[in-house]
Amino acid sequence: MTDIINVVDWSRAQFALTAMYHWLFVPLTIGLALIVAVMETIYVRTGQERWKGITKFWMTLFGINFAIGVATGIILEFEFGTNWSNYSWFVGDIFGAPLAIEGIFAFFMEATFVAVMFFGWNKVSRGFHLASTWLVALGVSLSALWILVANAWMQNPVGMEFDPSQMRNVMDDFWAVAFNGVSMNKFFHAVASGWCLAGTFVVGVSCWMLWRKSNIEASRDSLKVGAWVGLVGILLTMYTGDGSAVQVAKVQPMKLAAMEGLYDGKVGQELVGFGFVNTDKRPGDTLQAIHAEIAIPYGLSILANHDAHSFVPGINNLIYGYSLTADGDTLHTTSYAERMAMGREARQALIDYDAASKAGDGAAMAEAEGRIKDNFKYFGYAYLDAPEDAVPPVATTFYAFRIMVIIGGYLLLFFLLAIFVARWKVAWLEKPWLHWVGILSIPLVWICSQAGWVVAEVGRQPWVIQDLMPTNAAISDISAGSVQFTFWMFAVLFTALLVAELSIMFRYIGRSTKNDITLTH
Amino acid sequence: MFQAYWWLLIAVLGAVLVFLLFVQGGQTMLYCKNDFDDRQLMVNSLGRKWELTFTTLVVFGGAFFASFPLFYSTSFGGAYWLWMAILISFVIQAVSYEYRRKQGNIYGTRTYDAFLLINGFFGCVLLGVAVGTFFFGGDFEVTRVNLVEPGNPVISRWAPTRGLEAMASLPCLLLGLAVFFLARTQAALYFINNIHGGEAFLSRMRKKVMINGVIFVVLFVGWLVLLLLATGKQAQADGTVVDVPYLYLFNLLGMWYWGLAFLAGVLLVLCGVFSGAFTDSRKGIWLSGIGTVLVVMALFAIAGYNSTCYLPSSTHPQSSLTIANSSSSLYTLKAMSWVSLFIPVVLAYIWYVWRKMNHGGLTRKDVEGNAHQY
Repeated sequence: MTDIINVVDWSRAQFALTAMYHWLFVPLTIGLALIVAVMETIYVRTGQERWKGITKFWMTLFGINFAIGVATGIILEFEFGTNWSNYSWFVGDIFGAPLAIEGIFAFFMEATFVAVMFFGWNKVSRGFHLASTWLVALGVSLSALWILVANAWMQNPVGMEFDPSQMRNVMDDFWAVAFNGVSMNKFFHAVASGWCLAGTFVVGVSCWMLWRKSNIEASRDSLKVGAWVGLVGILLTMYTGDGSAVQVAKVQPMKLAAMEGLYDGKVGQELVGFGFVNTDKRPGDTLQAIHAEIAIPYGLSILANHDAHSFVPGINNLIYGYSLTADGDTLHTTSYAERMAMGREARQALIDYDAASKAGDGAAMAEAEGRIKDNFKYFGYAYLDAPEDAVPPVATTFYAFRIMVIIGGYLLLFFLLAIFVARWKVAWLEKPWLHWVGILSIPLVWICSQAGWVVAEVGRQPWVIQDLMPTNAAISDISAGSVQFTFWMFAVLFTALLVAELSIMFRYIGRSTKNDITLTH
Repeated sequence: MFQAYWWLLIAVLGAVLVFLLFVQGGQTMLYCKNDFDDRQLMVNSLGRKWELTFTTLVVFGGAFFASFPLFYSTSFGGAYWLWMAILISFVIQAVSYEYRRKQGNIYGTRTYDAFLLINGFFGCVLLGVAVGTFFFGGDFEVTRVNLVEPGNPVISRWAPTRGLEAMASLPCLLLGLAVFFLARTQAALYFINNIHGGEAFLSRMRKKVMINGVIFVVLFVGWLVLLLLATGKQAQADGTVVDVPYLYLFNLLGMWYWGLAFLAGVLLVLCGVFSGAFTDSRKGIWLSGIGTVLVVMALFAIAGYNSTCYLPSSTHPQSSLTIANSSSSLYTLKAMSWVSLFIPVVLAYIWYVWRKMNHGGLTRKDVEGNAHQY
């Protein structure tokens, strides 16, 4: 129990709580901003007033959701300082920049033009209003870009070097930090998943209105827009998801192994299509990892390396190191025990550097700095007690990955069905089964979206910065009781606000059965 | 040079934030003898601006993180309760405008209005208290080499009161209350400028400008006396921190251009208050606003320039933060400086949109005629 109730765990729990609440609202904001912009564009191009009414209907839902997204977002930014102050110093030189850029480029754009969006209908020209709506959509995507650049950097720390005189990392290549393969892939994956989520929301709510036989024309129009945006979103999400797998295989192979519950990898590795994780399984033992496994031959090799005959390492391979002969070459990886030794050497060198610096011994400082440079890539391993500590929670990562992929596959079919019906089988729009498919898809897409982040964030544990800093070294000097208090306070507050948000949304959508939403004010 | 430049940008953001706190000030006036219609006008007037204040606070934090990460690490992690209280007050504000009159909001309009009141009071006072620590410091220690301690690797430690002590500090509290009454004064000036709600409303607001303005001046002068008589901490050429009596007074006199800016700012604020309280002008907010920006920038300048410790440690003076020992690397500051060139564009579009949306002022007809209202 004392192991659980400590400041690291409560800080992690608080950050996870805030992030997961925040991510309930953000993808809807991202996607709905685009959908509203598309709808308003149709209004401006066609001049049909009913499209203005449709735009306003979805814009109001956007506003309700936007407010709570803003509320949960501010906590996230400041928690890096309040709860992870070591982290804020250790990498603040790199990590702070994307956050500041996000504010300057994106937040002001959103804050300024969202006011025009809601209150400018009779104050500005039609063109200016449309431009404002698109700028809000651009702003929310730009915001996503910079925060995902920051997140991607934690998983793939590049473009920096360690400065022992200041005991921190400093940026030496902004472009590498901002626009590397991991960050770009992550950005498009997350934004496209937002389009997908909002598309499902719009189709689902439209189905509900169709089921209630209200606003039939407006619902059909909305359904079409939502389905097309959703289809583009899910296709792009799948494409970038494939890219993510390749990136993860390169920079976070342990995460990939956990996603698969894979302990001993091989050439031509199969993908687990179905199975149950054996939670008693530990690295190095002989227990079976997955029960009732149904495997897809060569699947993981193809997914990870786009090569059916490639080798994919498992958890044991990574922890204990492995050698592999390929085309006559012997590839050898550094075992985690070796990494721990290197990390501890880097730490000792840093202590020596500090002592030499205080003594004014330049030669000793240079010698220590050399040792730091040679070993720093595994600096974070110095904080581990055992190599096995570097294994993330396998079952959580494994199941979350499958939930994400299975629902993602379902959503592709869902959007294809919605487009097929809207275009070629309009009569089906009166079928209750179709309405219920749409309505029930709404919670599914949220589960999918959350599961994606669970894979990304749980799968990278114990690292807050890959290989350089574990979460237990990133903390602030606060008591577990303090964080416990704020955790419960946020839990109660966010839950209360979520309940209010849902209630307002349900009431607003429910009112559409009595009102013609195409009527404009 | 880049450290000084980024401190200037922090000063600009901080100053603009203090100006925009008129939103918070206005939130504390909603139930002061206002009927439903007036309250609706006030809420909808503030509701068109609240996001600018909120965003400025977020960008202020982000810019501090990017340019002075050791402050972010030390103050936020140390004065935990102070910052958490500030954040929570802004969280409850963020939903309140949108939800307060929406059907199905569960907790009722009064609850959300209470949230606005809480944010209006505590947001202003606590931000003032936080800025007060820039001058009157905190009880903390920074030891970077602790990073290599495997058992307990925290590099900065704060007093166990974790920021509560700042809330109980007279000078910090005085500044917080001064900020609060300044926000109320400017809110009344903003309402005069933005709302076309009839003579009775105008007259009430002019009275509020006068009352709140006078209280602000008294509190601010009291705080200023404490500040100018205070002993500050300053870093010497070798990095050693020493106590310097009357440091802020000397800074104000030594950096005469900031002294002039300070005086000009004070004068403009007083002109704004006079204009709002005793003339028919609706432009008082601009005089007072520009004055506020100048005064706050000057205060940031004397807090951080001239090797002054902008976060002095009362118990471990050598841990005190200066812009030199707490900043990001030169590379990062340079890279971020390129980004900062975009700030004039941001200011330009905010200004353009503000003028466009404020044209003609806000009337009851505007509020009632808009499907989206708070």
